[in-house]
Amino acid sequence: MNSNKSFEPGCPLPISAKNTVQLAHGGGGRLMQELIQDVFVRAFQNPMLESLHDGATWPVEKGTLAFTTDSYVVRPLFFPGGDIGSLAVNGTINDLAMCGAKPLYLSAGFILEEGLSLDVLQQVVNSMAEAAQAAGVPIVTGDTKVVDRGKGDGIFIHTSGVGFVPTGVRVLPTLIQPGDAILVSGDLGSHGVAVLSVREGLTFDSPIESDSAPLHRIVADLIECDIEIHCLRDLTRGGLASVLNELATAAKVGMTVDESVIPVSEPVRGACELLGLDPLYVANEGRFVAMVPASQIEATLAVMRQHAASSQSAYIGAVTDHQSPPIVLRTVLGTHRVLDLLSGEQLPRIC
Amino acid sequence: MKYVDEFRDRAVAEALAARIKKTVQQPWTIMEVCGGQTHSIVRFGLDSLLPKNLELVHGPGCPVCVTSISLIDEAVCLASLPRVFFCSFGDMLRVPGSHGDLFGVKAAGGDIRIIYSPLDALELARKNPDREVVCFAVGFETTAPAWAMAVTQAKQSGISNFSLLIAHVLVPPAMEAILSSPQNRIQGFLAAGHVCTVMGYEEYEAIAQKYRVPIVVTGFEPLDVLEGVAMLVSQLEEGRVEVENQYVRSVSREGNRPARSIVEEVFEPAPRTWRGIGEISASGLRLKSAYSAYDAEVKFQSELAQLSVGIEDPECQSGLVLQGLLKPMDCSAFGTRCTPEQPLGAPMVSSEGACAAYYRYRGHVARET
Repeated sequence: MNSNKSFEPGCPLPISAKNTVQLAHGGGGRLMQELIQDVFVRAFQNPMLESLHDGATWPVEKGTLAFTTDSYVVRPLFFPGGDIGSLAVNGTINDLAMCGAKPLYLSAGFILEEGLSLDVLQQVVNSMAEAAQAAGVPIVTGDTKVVDRGKGDGIFIHTSGVGFVPTGVRVLPTLIQPGDAILVSGDLGSHGVAVLSVREGLTFDSPIESDSAPLHRIVADLIECDIEIHCLRDLTRGGLASVLNELATAAKVGMTVDESVIPVSEPVRGACELLGLDPLYVANEGRFVAMVPASQIEATLAVMRQHAASSQSAYIGAVTDHQSPPIVLRTVLGTHRVLDLLSGEQLPRIC
Repeated sequence: MKYVDEFRDRAVAEALAARIKKTVQQPWTIMEVCGGQTHSIVRFGLDSLLPKNLELVHGPGCPVCVTSISLIDEAVCLASLPRVFFCSFGDMLRVPGSHGDLFGVKAAGGDIRIIYSPLDALELARKNPDREVVCFAVGFETTAPAWAMAVTQAKQSGISNFSLLIAHVLVPPAMEAILSSPQNRIQGFLAAGHVCTVMGYEEYEAIAQKYRVPIVVTGFEPLDVLEGVAMLVSQLEEGRVEVENQYVRSVSREGNRPARSIVEEVFEPAPRTWRGIGEISASGLRLKSAYSAYDAEVKFQSELAQLSVGIEDPECQSGLVLQGLLKPMDCSAFGTRCTPEQPLGAPMVSSEGACAAYYRYRGHVARET
């Protein structure tokens, strides 16, 4: 492990204002119009956005809609396996997918810091456009604000999404029942470790890439194949351990999971051992947990394993009757311990 | 994963547990010195594999936990100064002082950097000659060589904007303080493998003989701890008093000579106050006079002079926990008035603290009783 931190990201030479975001880019005048046209509309191109109206409109089918919103403040903006742009698109799509919804449209709000390089903005916007295109979910409305230099962190992105929940589909924490199987869609912790490694200037022998990916097609397939999904949840901040605690509390059940079958890649395990982190609490951006009836374990895994993003799906434990605290981990030694919520962020240890 | 999985093998663990059960004929109370061992025991539920009449007591080996409240107050004071980059290992940020913690200073605008290596802090000083880089040098013998190296490199390179607030502590004097206490119950020690990797275990031989306690130098993986316990109970049952080395893949009797010599070049023993325990003579390190220019307590003497004496929360019984006289969950504040979110003392905060280990891994046992 090497460390090569740089604490002074600013360049001492004056930068041409033409290449950077200025306060006027958020001021409503010509510069803002240029930014919207040249950067956002060009990248996100779709008829609903190009109308440049105050909002997007579309006809609705009779049924149930899902609506979600999320903010992205990741530092650094670019990390192995992704960037803030693709993260924002995938994250919002995933929140809709976890409701059992087919994602329809996204919005994107940008809070830009004065002095941000327009090249950097363009890269982020292009990445969002590619992610939206790949997922088949257009960005149909948006907003831009510029804040004074020093009052932001380059780019903050706020996204919302609307999706359509097919008739008969209900995916809710309260549907979780004792006896349900707990499945995870792949190996845990690579997003958190990838971001941490860039942020802190740590390099490992095996590069660790973020797992950031859209999950809606996997969910659509599960629904298509008549899997009786009780609940889905993406394993973002706080990782698997935090999500299981939230779900068990909401459903008033307990859960027991088996440490020896929870997938964690070798490089992530190694990095976590070195830094004193527990991969079960590390963030993911392309992983989810599914609660299904025990009779459908094999069928569910068979569907999930057809997708690259969930090829390492695994059955890791079972829902039990209510217990306090709710989550028990069977360790690799066969002993048991509590898997509790952390009080804050995990902190790297001293020795 | 190599070097990890082979030390977490269930069948071997069960065989070791069976060996311990067969060996133990009478009740024994033993202490694992290091907080890393405590966490391994609680995280992997190792105590549930041991016979009931073998009591494991958690020792003072968590450097974050034993750092005195006055030093935390000094850290908070220095981190709040303008033009200071205050560098700390992440564990220290949540430890409560008399008036708040380092996270509070950060939120109020203090420039606090979490570092992973002392040399990172030196690099920060090199790149920012107009700022003062102050480092919270916390730890046992394990981390002392890295700080010593940073100080010698600073001197060689003529870097003057770099200093250490030293909270370093030494293990053998703490073990002696526990053994000399009239309340002592400890009959054998698992010594801290990482400390001994640097220092070797020669100095433990005198302690073992003086106090007639067997000592086994022990590693941190589950099988290390179980094997260390097995070796220790064999000594106890057979009436032997020796220093044995379980952690042979890392520890030699003489330790790491280059690391020891750089520590001896830069540091000297000094009295140190341990949080909740009090002052123990020659139980800490301070910079030798040739390096005193790098001592933050000297450099910022006038700023620190304004501080009043630190006051511990009277309800916190961490001193008893750190001496093995009280189990975390037997403390009346545990899990109620003292939680990781609102800690009364450092053992509830640190990743190696005994109270934090019980809260995190044993919540159900404690909170149901």
